[in-house]
Amino acid sequence: MTELTKLGVKAIRDGVRAGDFTAREVAESFNSAVAAAAELNAFIVTTPDHALAAADAADKARADGKKLGAMAGVPIGMKDLFATHGVQTTAASHILEGFEPQYESTVSQNLWDAGAGMLGKLNLDQFAMGSSNETSYFGNVASPWRKDGTNAAMSPGGSSGGSSSAVAARIAPAATGTDTGGSIRQPAAFTGICGIKPTYGRCSRWGVVAFASSLDQAGPMARSVEDCAIMLGAMAGFDPKDATSLQMDVPDWEGALSADLKGKKVGIPKEYRMEGTDQAILDSWEQGKAWLKDAGAEIVDISLPHTKYALPAYYIIAPAEASSNLARYDGVRYGLRDLPEGAGLQDMYAETRAAGFGDEVKRRILIGTYVLSAGFYDAYYNQAQKVRALVARDFEQAWAECDVILAPTTPTASFPLGSLEDDPLTMYLNDVFAVPASLAGLPAMSVPAMLNSDGLPLGLQLVGKPFDEQTVLDAGLAIQQRAAFDHAPEKWW
Amino acid sequence: MSVDKQTVAKIASLARIKMGDDELEHLVPELNNILEWVEQLGEVDVEGIEPMSAVIPNRLRLRDDVIDADPKTAGGRRDDVLANAPAAEHGFFGVPKVIE
Amino acid sequence: MSNYRIQGQTGDWEVVIGLEVHAQVTSSAKLFSGASTAFGAEPNSQVSLVDAAMPGMLPVPNRECIRQAVRTGMAIEAEIHKWSRFDRKNYFYADLPQGYQISQLYHPIVGEGQLTIEADDKSGIPEDKVIGIERIHVEQDAGKLMHDQHPTMSYVDLNRSGVALMEIVSKPDMTSPAEAGAYVRKLRSILRYVGSCDGNMEEGSMRADVNVSVRKVGAEELGTRTETKNVNSVRFVMQVIEYEANRQVDVLESGGTVDQETRLFDVATGTTRTMRSKEDAHDYRYFPDPDLLPLVLEDDFLADCRASLPELPDAKRTRYEQELGLTPYNARELTAEVETFGRFETLLAVTAAKIGKPEAKVATQVANWALSVAPGVVKGLGEEANLANSTPEAQATILAMQDKGEISGGQAKEIYEIVLREGGDPETIADEKGLKQVSDTGAIEAAIDEILANNQDKVEQYKGGKDKLFGFFVGQTMKAMQGKANPAVVNQILKDKLG
Ligand SMILES: [Mg+2]
Ligand SMILES: [Zn+2]
Repeated sequence: MTELTKLGVKAIRDGVRAGDFTAREVAESFNSAVAAAAELNAFIVTTPDHALAAADAADKARADGKKLGAMAGVPIGMKDLFATHGVQTTAASHILEGFEPQYESTVSQNLWDAGAGMLGKLNLDQFAMGSSNETSYFGNVASPWRKDGTNAAMSPGGSSGGSSSAVAARIAPAATGTDTGGSIRQPAAFTGICGIKPTYGRCSRWGVVAFASSLDQAGPMARSVEDCAIMLGAMAGFDPKDATSLQMDVPDWEGALSADLKGKKVGIPKEYRMEGTDQAILDSWEQGKAWLKDAGAEIVDISLPHTKYALPAYYIIAPAEASSNLARYDGVRYGLRDLPEGAGLQDMYAETRAAGFGDEVKRRILIGTYVLSAGFYDAYYNQAQKVRALVARDFEQAWAECDVILAPTTPTASFPLGSLEDDPLTMYLNDVFAVPASLAGLPAMSVPAMLNSDGLPLGLQLVGKPFDEQTVLDAGLAIQQRAAFDHAPEKWW
Repeated sequence: MSVDKQTVAKIASLARIKMGDDELEHLVPELNNILEWVEQLGEVDVEGIEPMSAVIPNRLRLRDDVIDADPKTAGGRRDDVLANAPAAEHGFFGVPKVIE
Repeated sequence: MSNYRIQGQTGDWEVVIGLEVHAQVTSSAKLFSGASTAFGAEPNSQVSLVDAAMPGMLPVPNRECIRQAVRTGMAIEAEIHKWSRFDRKNYFYADLPQGYQISQLYHPIVGEGQLTIEADDKSGIPEDKVIGIERIHVEQDAGKLMHDQHPTMSYVDLNRSGVALMEIVSKPDMTSPAEAGAYVRKLRSILRYVGSCDGNMEEGSMRADVNVSVRKVGAEELGTRTETKNVNSVRFVMQVIEYEANRQVDVLESGGTVDQETRLFDVATGTTRTMRSKEDAHDYRYFPDPDLLPLVLEDDFLADCRASLPELPDAKRTRYEQELGLTPYNARELTAEVETFGRFETLLAVTAAKIGKPEAKVATQVANWALSVAPGVVKGLGEEANLANSTPEAQATILAMQDKGEISGGQAKEIYEIVLREGGDPETIADEKGLKQVSDTGAIEAAIDEILANNQDKVEQYKGGKDKLFGFFVGQTMKAMQGKANPAVVNQILKDKLG
C-alpha cells in the first residue's frame, strides 16, 4: 500500500472516495507521524481524536452512500490563530495559554463541514508577528529542511511556520495559514510548499485572532497547487459575521484549473529587482519567466513604482492596528491574569500584558501606540495609508498591461534559527516582496521553484487581480508542472 | 522623530505594558531604528491622495435589527462568556476594586 | 442672551455651557451584535461573544441604529453625511472589553444642526433661542461596574456593552442653567417624537456630559472648561452648572486656575469632584476601525428616513396655533410630550366626528378639556380615579353633550367624575342622575315670567338704561331652575321679553 503520509489533499480525497484506503487509516498514519515529529515543534497541541472522529464520519458517510465533502477524509493542521471550540487557542502567546474558545472560527467550521479533521493546533509566531517562527511562547518551530552538510536548525518562515514545517515534513497533507504581510507565502517558499492568500475578504476573519484587521487573510498551505485550490474552495465564502467579507460566490477553482496560459500576460515588475536579493533568487525568477512563456503566456515588463515604500508603510499600519486589536488581552475576561498583591486595575493590566506578551509583540504594540499617539497620527498613520493607496494604485495601473504578476516570494532562502534574532529590521525585510500584495488586498501565491546551492527551497510568487484567484492558481500550476519540484527534506526528526 | 527613554516609558504606560529600566533602555535604539526607517515614507509625494479606507472596493454591509438572529453573535450565553474568566462570581467578571 | 451672572468679588462672570448628550438608540439588538438591549436583565445575560471582545470577534453594524441616527439628524435640520466612518477610541478600562470604543471622530454620520428653545420669562429666557448642534455620531455604550458588592473587587456587567448610542454634541451656545435645562428637555422631546430614543433618563437612556467654563462678562476668550460626566436628569444638569460655575469663579478669584478635567457629579451633595479613574486617559489614539468599511448611505435609504419622520414639535405647535386656533400656551403644553399630543389628537378626532364639526371648530374646547378640566377632575379624585375608564369615546361624548347644550360645564365635570370612578356611558349617567340642562323653552319661559312679574321695579330700571340688571335676571332664572337651565336659552328668552 502507498505510504499514506506522502499523499496530498487531492490524493487522499480521491483515494477515500474510491475506497483505496479508509479515512481512518489516513488519520492514523498522520496522527503517528505527528506524534513522531515532536522535534519540529510544529504543533502546540495535538488533537488525534478530532482527526479520527472526522475520518470515521467520512468513512461512515461513504459506507452509507452519501456524497462526500470536498475535504472528506483529509486531516489537516490548524494554525493556532483560529479559534477552535473547546480546544486551546493561544496565538502562540502566554497571555492566551489555556484559553478554550466556546466558539469555532468560520474558516475552521467550513473545513469541518467539508469533512476535514484536525491533527492539532499549529505553532506560529506569537500573534502572527514574525517571519521566522522564533517569537512563539511555545518555542521555535524548526524547518524539516537543513542546509546541505549542516545540522543547524533552519527557520520554517513565519508566521505560519508550524503550518509550513508540518506540511513540508509530511506530517500533515495541508494546513491553514494566515497572511498579514506574507505569512503564508514566505514560509511556503522557505519550505518548498505552496500557499495562497486569497483576495482580502474571501475567507472570513470571524474567529481568527486578529493581528492587523485590514490585512489579515486566511489561506491554505499544501504541497500542490491543486491541493491549495481544493482547500481554499472549502475555506472561502461569504460570512455575514464579518463586515469585510466578500459577498460573492466561491468559484470552482479546482474544476477550472488550467496550466494553459495562452492569451495571458505576465507582468515582471522591475522594482522587485532589489539590492540584497540572492543571485539564486534572481535566477529562479528568470527560470519562472521561461516556464510561464513555455505555458503560452506573454511576458511584459511593468512598473510598480511605490514598491520600495510598501514595507515601511506596512510597518506602520500593521503595528497600529495590532496595538488596538491586542488591547483586549487585559486579564479581565479570559487568558492570563497577573495580579500582584494589592495591585489596582491598571496595574493588573500592565503586569498581565508584560508577562503575557513576548518581546516582538511588545515591540510592535509600542510602535503602533506611538504612531497613533497625539500629534503623530498624520505624520505616520495617515501618511502610511496614503502610501498604501499609491501602492494599490500601482497594481491597478499594472492590470492594464498584464493579468498576473510574477516575482520572487522572498529575497533569500531560509536562514538558521537565531541568526537574525537581534536584528528586527533585517528580519522585516524578509517580507519585502510579499507585503505589496497584502497592502492592496490582492490574491497572491507562492509555489516552489527549485533548490538553491545549499539545497534549500526557493519559491516564486504570483500576484493576481482582485477576485482572480483562478489566474494565480493557473499560473502556479504552469510553474508546478515545469518545475517538477518533488524534493522532500531528509527526515532527521 | 526619535524617541528617548522617557517617551518609550510613556508609550509603554499608554499601552499598559509594565517595563523595567533595562527593557526601556534596550528598546530605545530598537524603536529608533525602526522609526528612522519608516520615516522614508515622508519622501513620497501624496498630494491629493486620500488615505486608503477599503482595501477592496466594497462598502459596509448592515445587519437587520433582530435579537439573537445568529447564535454565534447572540446574547443569552453567559456561561460561554464567563467560561474562561480568571475571576467570575455571581455572573459577573471580577476585577480589582476600582475607585472612580 | 441670558442675564444669568455670577457675582464675584472682582466683578460679574458669565457662564458658557456645551452639552454632549448620550442618547440610547431605540433598537432591539445592539449596535454591532445580535444581543438584546432590553433594560434590567440578569448580569451578563445579554452579552454576545462580540460584546465580550472574545478573540477574533468582529462588529457588523445594525441598520436600525444607523437609520435612527439619520432620522434624528434630519429632525434637527442637520446635514447628513452620506459618507461616514467608524473610528476606534482606545483606552483601558474594565467596562470596555475591546480596549477601545467604536465611535466616530473624523467623519460623523450627522453634521451641523440646531434646535430652538422657547422663551420662558420665569426661567430667565427672554426670547426663543437657537442652540447650535455640532454633530451627532453613533458609538457603542460601555459595560457597567459595580463597586459595592465585594470588599476588594469591582464587578463587571457587560449587558450594556455595545448598546448603540447617539452622541449629540451641542455648540457652547448656552449661558445659563435654565437654557441648558430647556435644551435637554427640547432635545428629549425631539428624540421621543422621532422615536430614536425613549428618553428615559432614570434608566440611563439619556445622559449628558456637561461642559462648563466661566469668563468675565464681556470677555472674548473662553475660559478653561471642565466636563462633568454622565449626568442623568435635567435638574442635575442645572445643578452641575450652578455648582461648577460658582466653583470655577471661586478658584479664579482666589488666584487659581481651572484644570481642564473630567469630573463626577455627586447626587447626594449636589457637588462635583475630579474623576480619578480617567485622569490619564487623554491620548485616545483614534484611528479608523479596520474591521469596518466606510458607511455609505444610499439616496433611497435617506428618502425612506425622511419620509418616516413625524411632524416635529415646532411644526406641530405652529399648526396648533394657526390651524386649530389654540392659544400659544395651550399649543406649547400639548406638544411638549409625545403622550400628551397623542392623547389630544385622538380625543380631538373622536370629538369632532361625534359633534360633526371640523376639528378646528372644537379644538379649543378639547384643548381646555385636555389640559385643565379633565386633569382637574382626575386630581380631585386622587386614588379613586380609574384612568382606564377615561376612554376617548367617553370624553368625546361628554364634550359633545356640552357642545349641544345638553349639559353645563359643571355637569360635564360631575359626569366625568362618575365615569372615572365607576365607568359607564356618560349619556346614561346624565339621564339617570338628572345631570342635564333644561332647554325646554316652556319651563324656562314660565320661570322667567314669574321673575319678571315679581320684579317690576327692576324691569323698569332696566328698560330705563340700567343694562347691568340683565345679569340679575339671568341669575334669578338659573336659581329658579336649580342651575339646570341652558344659559343660552335663558339669555335668548330674557332678551326677547325685555325688548
Ligand atoms: Mg464626552
Ligand atoms: Zn461618547
